[in-house]
Amino acid sequence: MQQSTDLLSEATRQLEVCNSCRYCEGFCAVFPALERQPEVVPAQIGYLANLCHDCRACYYACPFTEPHEFAINIPLLMANVRQDVYRRYTWPRLFAGVFQNGFRFALPLIAFGLALAAAALFALHPASDILTVRHGTGSFYQVLPWLLLVIPAMLLSLYALVVICIGGFRFWRDSRGLVAPPVDVRIFARAVVDVLRLRWLEGGGDGCYYPADRPSRLRTVFHSLVFYGFGLALLSTSVAALYQDVLGRFPPYPLLSVPVVAGTLGGLAMVFGCIGLALMKRQSAVRMADPSMTELDYAFLTVLGLASLTGLMTLALRDTALMGVMLSIHVGTLGALYLTIPYGKLIHPVYRGLAILRNRLDQQRDVEAASPDDRRHVGQGVA
Amino acid sequence: MAQVDVLVVGGGNAGLVAAMTAREAGASVVLLERGLEVSRGGNTRHTRDVRYAHAADEHTPGIYETAEFWSDLKRVAGSRPFSEELARLVIDGSRELPSWMHAHGVRWQPPLRGALNLARTNLFFLGGGKALVNAYYHSAIQSGVRVRYGATVVRLRFASRDCVGVQLENEQGVEELTARAIVVASGGFEANVGWLARYWGDAAHNYIIRGTPNNDGKVLASLLANGASPVGDPRAFHAVAVDARAPKFDGGIVTRVDSIPFGIVVNQSAQRFGDEGADLWPKRYASWGGLIASQPGQLAFSVFDSRAVGQFIPPMFHPYAANSIEDLGGMLGLDPATLCETVTNYNDSARGDGVLDISSLDNNHTESLDPPKSHWALPLAGPRFYAYPLRPGVTFTYMGVTVGPHARVRTLAGDEFTNVFAAGEVMAGNILSQGYLAGFGLTIGSVFGRIAGREAAAHAAVD
Repeated sequence: MQQSTDLLSEATRQLEVCNSCRYCEGFCAVFPALERQPEVVPAQIGYLANLCHDCRACYYACPFTEPHEFAINIPLLMANVRQDVYRRYTWPRLFAGVFQNGFRFALPLIAFGLALAAAALFALHPASDILTVRHGTGSFYQVLPWLLLVIPAMLLSLYALVVICIGGFRFWRDSRGLVAPPVDVRIFARAVVDVLRLRWLEGGGDGCYYPADRPSRLRTVFHSLVFYGFGLALLSTSVAALYQDVLGRFPPYPLLSVPVVAGTLGGLAMVFGCIGLALMKRQSAVRMADPSMTELDYAFLTVLGLASLTGLMTLALRDTALMGVMLSIHVGTLGALYLTIPYGKLIHPVYRGLAILRNRLDQQRDVEAASPDDRRHVGQGVA
Repeated sequence: MAQVDVLVVGGGNAGLVAAMTAREAGASVVLLERGLEVSRGGNTRHTRDVRYAHAADEHTPGIYETAEFWSDLKRVAGSRPFSEELARLVIDGSRELPSWMHAHGVRWQPPLRGALNLARTNLFFLGGGKALVNAYYHSAIQSGVRVRYGATVVRLRFASRDCVGVQLENEQGVEELTARAIVVASGGFEANVGWLARYWGDAAHNYIIRGTPNNDGKVLASLLANGASPVGDPRAFHAVAVDARAPKFDGGIVTRVDSIPFGIVVNQSAQRFGDEGADLWPKRYASWGGLIASQPGQLAFSVFDSRAVGQFIPPMFHPYAANSIEDLGGMLGLDPATLCETVTNYNDSARGDGVLDISSLDNNHTESLDPPKSHWALPLAGPRFYAYPLRPGVTFTYMGVTVGPHARVRTLAGDEFTNVFAAGEVMAGNILSQGYLAGFGLTIGSVFGRIAGREAAAHAAVD
């Protein structure tokens, strides 16, 4: 699929203004990266757009935003390009349109997941048995058998992994640009730190200009809650798998076990993070937002928030008669989450992570090539 | 409404600094900004660094002491008169600027890679001038300054030496405000083409104004009409070469053309008219606005070849490009034969080692060519030839009002208005009436903004 020529020419138009200005170069990695390679080609803007964390500092600092005739709006441009990248690099490309229809894709999947879980619940249990209190080892699997849970989960994970890897591979192949990657652990370590602390969401230091025109760290906080909450949920699942398959200890686990503590903290973090991000998005300036990307964001926050919330509720109700119903609802929302992973916002860490890595590789190249005076730019002196 | 203590006219750097300073001194302050919220800040939006005197500090790679600052100022001022007393105030006052600015929300960034020559003398603010403007408006409003956008001051009303009324126009109509003290920080008059045309005739209509269209000098004119003492040559302006395709106003930095030292510049008759290699470009770029302004039609063309591509930061516009000088001349609407002759004459007179080094005064020069090109005179050999069309891009005008060391505006009679203070471009001509030092406008505006704010608040307190 080709990048639309309209988007490319608009990107060229705006980035040529940026390249001749360069006042924003201290805000983030995008503008120095633009200076490294000012030629605007699809792969290059795909890279810049994913390096952009939407901190919006550049918009408020720009003297050329509307009503100025140059109508510079880099956050919007970058969001448009990211949306385009998600579509262009997905597999199969038949599904590219899904990225522009976040809710129309996610909501039926939630309904589908819930319906499937309900069907399983009613197929496996007589109606009178559904509200039975279950205790002790294996009680979850009495409601929904282990294989019924694990096989779809494995298959869907594998599928998502394949789709994400294809996208990541295509993106890296196209946007690697300047780099012949040397294997240097320190560069990778720096890139990982950039990811973990959301360095490029700092707006040059004081925080991102989101939801309003003043720097704030709130978005970093909520994003981190989701990110690290997700990590804790993964930890919980992994340790549980270890307990079960290696140690032969079956769920439910005690309240003070690693799976329960990590899962609870992670679930709470994700619920609060999703709600926080959604509320901030509601207040944020729409003139810098791609509407289809906004929809994709809300769809993701909804699915992830529901999966987290129902997980917490399953834990809370696990010793009551509602456990079976709650577990089924949780499994249904998890199913929707798994299905949306490769065609939703959860792919953005892949492109962003690769862009951050390429940025660090390019920076290293700069350091190696640096001469004491950079003659290329000596003309531009004063304002 | 209770009488306001200090009324600040103009919401660029100087006005904002004055407003915050007066407010922090306890005065009630109203700031009248002609722009709307989105376009607030006047020409400050296009700035990005401030020159300041300093010992060794964490911001810069070396010291820049007052003596060196002083000699830099003397060098650009040349024989033009300027107030040594006020210049001293500015240079000494510049020392405190980084901490003051930081305390009011301005953040720093490492100097742009292209501005190495300024890394030692100037401090660059993160995100440039509009980010500074945003930080200042936020600080000012937080501290209790009342800001009114879209307020155009058209006239100051005087009774003897007192300003007794400030007339403004806004969407609601005409309004008159009074205040115990007035700070005028309304900039120059460079956006008033009619005013420029008084001195420059029709040529002024071909100038491009790099900054806000709001700087039409209404308040300056009102001050002068009421007996304020002018300062600075009314004809003088600071101008650089900008791309002729730039918008009439507010094109800022992105329309500036820095290709000149790499090639030759011709006028509409395809003739050269200036030494493109007279001195290092950062020292000469500001002379080209005036040079082009004196050419027929105020239009010229910077012609260069492939060797220069990538050697300078391009403006936002693409250069015209052709495979031969003839074709290029045709594209530019020049007589191709004359352009070829000009290029041939230039090429034939070029001498030197042929190694282009734009960062130092190299030995590539022309011999017996008039005008000469003193450095970087490499023949234009192609294979591709390029050109930017150039017009004068006016940055600011020098004429303003005379002030004393307390920023009070002086009168033609030799005394001062009792309650009118000035800061920024409207009084910068006291200190700089020709030439320019990068980032010095911000220095003058900031130091005199502080003086004007302090003195206006003090005046209001005893009035």
